[in-house]
Amino acid sequence: MKRLVSPLLAGCLLAGLFLQPVALRAEYGDVVINRQAEKNGMRPVVFPHWFHRIRFRCKVCHAELGFKMRAGSNPITMTDIIEGRFCGACHNNDIAWSPENCDLCHSGKPGLPTGVFGGHETSGPGRW
Amino acid sequence: MQVSIFPAEFLRRGLTLTRRLSGLRVVLSGVLLGGVISGAVAGEWLPLAKDGIHDPRSRAVKILQAPREALAGLVPDNAGNQVRWVQALEKGEIRPREKLFPQTVVRKLDQDIILDVKGGMPAVRFPHRQHTEWLDCVNCHDGVFKTQTGATKITMFNILQGEQCGICHGAVSFPLTECMRCHSIAKAGKKPELPPDVNMLIHQGRERSP
Repeated sequence: MKRLVSPLLAGCLLAGLFLQPVALRAEYGDVVINRQAEKNGMRPVVFPHWFHRIRFRCKVCHAELGFKMRAGSNPITMTDIIEGRFCGACHNNDIAWSPENCDLCHSGKPGLPTGVFGGHETSGPGRW
Repeated sequence: MQVSIFPAEFLRRGLTLTRRLSGLRVVLSGVLLGGVISGAVAGEWLPLAKDGIHDPRSRAVKILQAPREALAGLVPDNAGNQVRWVQALEKGEIRPREKLFPQTVVRKLDQDIILDVKGGMPAVRFPHRQHTEWLDCVNCHDGVFKTQTGATKITMFNILQGEQCGICHGAVSFPLTECMRCHSIAKAGKKPELPPDVNMLIHQGRERSP
């Protein structure tokens, strides 16, 4: 039995060392927003759907606030946000942190394109 | 002389080789086991700094809520965020706001639409109730889908392209790998026509409660 266990453990160890996941492992439905950000010297924005849907139903942003359901189709500018449109409807230092906390949203890896990211299902067949 | 050692020596060498091989096999199965275990663990809610889209040097990864902290307590799933969002909402595990503006009218509809499909796949049940808990009518009508039942031709081709149901399913709501959650109304006397490598038991086993 011992003779079996130690190679088994060694195998597990090897696997742990070398079989780390390589693909993007973003949370299901994370959106990278990078239409403007990097052009203007900021990191891309990461919008986590999972965090927001715990606190707001889809309809709040996608009906009341007018976010179109297609990553990249909303021309969000910092002017909009500061004037209370799009993200700025909540990110106003009242419901959520104010836009002065630049790097809490602008926290994405440089070079990422705008789009929906996530587990293998998210980037599965189709245009995601 | 070679003849005299042949059986014993050959057997001994053979045995050593087999032992080495089986040792290797054990190591290999260990690799496999380890891979499966680490894959399963890694599949669940990586910290933000390791999710591949957050810049690990950003101050945000230390401040923002970690997915595990928020999602671990919710009704579990095997797909997507590993959260059954509809059930989490129904059970009151999450209480997301329905509106921001006081004048907004919250609209809900409790009505199932049965969409029959060609071929052997079970028919689709579209429940308005669960969808209108999250969404408003205008999110689908009359843009993506016409309000009149049957007026919009819905195809898996479109859905797999990220259109129609695929605008959400496969991006933020349960993914398109979960065939049977939509195709849930079996046709009498017909078995679903699925590709030969699809294991129906896996899909059905995922359904815990409706």
